[in-house]
Amino acid sequence: MKNKPWKPWVLLAPSLTAVFFLLVIPVCFVIVYSFWLRGPSGQDIPAFQFGNYAKFFKDFFYPSILLSTLRVALETVFLCLVLGYIPAYFFYRTESRLKPFLMVLVMLPFWISFIIRTLSWINILGDSGLINHLLLKFNIINAPMPMLYNEGAVIMGLLQYLLPFMILNIYVSLDGIDKSLAEAAKSLGCTEWQAFKEVTLPLSLPGVSAGCLLVFVLTCGTYLPPMILGGPGNEMIANLIFKRVIGTLDWPFGSAISTVLMVLLMTIVYTYNRYMGISQIFKTLSNES
Amino acid sequence: MKKDLEKQLDDVVENYNKGRISRRDFVKFIGIFGAAAGLIGGPFGLVRNALAKKNSITCHSWGGSTSEALRKFAFDPFTKATGIEVIDAAFTGMDAFLTQVKASFPPGGEFNIAHLSAVYDYARYTDLGFGVVLDETKIPNLKNVMTKMTDTLRAITKGTLSAVPYDLGQTGIAYNTDKISRAKAEELGASILFDKSLKGKLGSWGGDFRTNMWYAALHTGQSPNNMKDLGAIWNALKEQRGLIKKYWASGSELMSLLANNDIYATVAWSGRVAALQKQGHPVGYLAPDGTYSWMEYMYVIKGTDLDVAQKLLNFMLEPSAAIAVAKGQNYPPSLDPTKIAMPDEVKKLPAFDPTGKLDGYLFADPVYWNKHQIEWAEKWDRIMAGR
Repeated sequence: MKNKPWKPWVLLAPSLTAVFFLLVIPVCFVIVYSFWLRGPSGQDIPAFQFGNYAKFFKDFFYPSILLSTLRVALETVFLCLVLGYIPAYFFYRTESRLKPFLMVLVMLPFWISFIIRTLSWINILGDSGLINHLLLKFNIINAPMPMLYNEGAVIMGLLQYLLPFMILNIYVSLDGIDKSLAEAAKSLGCTEWQAFKEVTLPLSLPGVSAGCLLVFVLTCGTYLPPMILGGPGNEMIANLIFKRVIGTLDWPFGSAISTVLMVLLMTIVYTYNRYMGISQIFKTLSNES
Repeated sequence: MKKDLEKQLDDVVENYNKGRISRRDFVKFIGIFGAAAGLIGGPFGLVRNALAKKNSITCHSWGGSTSEALRKFAFDPFTKATGIEVIDAAFTGMDAFLTQVKASFPPGGEFNIAHLSAVYDYARYTDLGFGVVLDETKIPNLKNVMTKMTDTLRAITKGTLSAVPYDLGQTGIAYNTDKISRAKAEELGASILFDKSLKGKLGSWGGDFRTNMWYAALHTGQSPNNMKDLGAIWNALKEQRGLIKKYWASGSELMSLLANNDIYATVAWSGRVAALQKQGHPVGYLAPDGTYSWMEYMYVIKGTDLDVAQKLLNFMLEPSAAIAVAKGQNYPPSLDPTKIAMPDEVKKLPAFDPTGKLDGYLFADPVYWNKHQIEWAEKWDRIMAGR
């Protein structure tokens, strides 16, 4: 192999070709389009101007949707972290024979279409949905509780979509920690909580941060949950891009918004890589520890 | 053709095994076979498909009951009568379909006929250069279509037609008859959509600024095709936003919201309301003065084989086919009821006009609405977002 440095490139060629044609070139198209102009009926007029970017930043409406997307993404990350760490830690500690079965349960949602999973919340949270139906039936409430078509419902939809990503990332990180380290800490006088706080938790942080990054990036680009479960004012940046590209045939402006989002996310990923190392995510994906 | 190639390959292998051809020739034949197979299947299969599908035509429509009615009462009988296959396809919405057409290569070249709605889209497709000029002598059934509908399209394409009108509909108001009395609905008219007592129980179509501005215009006493006080329109819509539970995004979502009592009143497509009524839901339909009317038409896209398209359009306008489709999709046909007798089921459909003149029907002025599309669509997005 040492004498033939081109060999890895030959092996990688099919993947690199696919990435180049299916990702790099389309992204370049999006960037080029972002400098173009929209004609009166929706035609694309080739140009090189920064009007689309100026429009995005001059008017607080568009950055405000971006900020609200980032806020929802952070809320989702926080909730995924809190709700995801507990089962991941349980999987790490348990010696139960049911562990493989429980792990499959975590993966189970992936076997059902994302759209179906999202739509199913309407039957659970709606005015005539399961929860309101039961609460009304047992006279616990007099009128249906408004649980659907608000930010809470959107975050609920995002949680059920993204929680497995967080659990698996944390679990892979935890699984690589030698359990005898915590035992050693306890033998030196630490309580159970102290051993977790001083040994296990710090060692699991790479997995935590990888999970947070994945959840954050996926939330920022999400489109369906706000559309199906959101109410007035719960739009996220992907919905806005859809409206500009599809609704008004304004591909140049839609491309400019997409480029802004892409640059922002790339900056976040770059920063993460600088301080945490992007390899942690690949460890999780390849199930290494 | 593929079978011939396979047989030839078998012969080559057999000859090679028997030593009749050299290894070099064998490899050469295999290469030629591979190239031929690639042209038949794989990405180059498109070439083969394009040649093979000359005797077929694609029609994009709304899916669901509409596509089902078209397939059952128009496409399948047409195929049976002519041997020409009609490929039935569905789009997710007019805007998304226009984006697909625009993105196709050559632009529009991958599509044939589209069941489009609203005159402003006829103008948009035409302005983008996707139109054709139909030979009306080859569509004799066009004479039975309501003149006002064809004239409206002709005005945009300088006297010619790139589409044939096919059905008629309205975006009126649907309301829950268990919660809102008919008398109250009729008394309030368009203002029922802005009624504060229905806070949290109102819906609207989020995907279309025109529909929302149209009803805000009626609510504020303005003509939807000539709004003088835009400030009043935006203020009404901002106030209405606080009352809205859900800006729906599709016909099925509209039906689900009404059927599940999630909302009690909303703008609604007349055919969807008729479908809910047929299913027995307590839903009333209100068409106040100035109700938003629209026509649907079969738009022929540039690059289509016009002979085949015209043959299909004429077949679709046969009274028996058009009426059966109308009953299936719950929208009255474009046929003039003074020329073609309509069954009672069609006469009862919302938006049916027995005079065939459409005098009381208000359509969106395509020039007026398309001129302001970007500005108003963006303003509408802000209002929906509460910013």
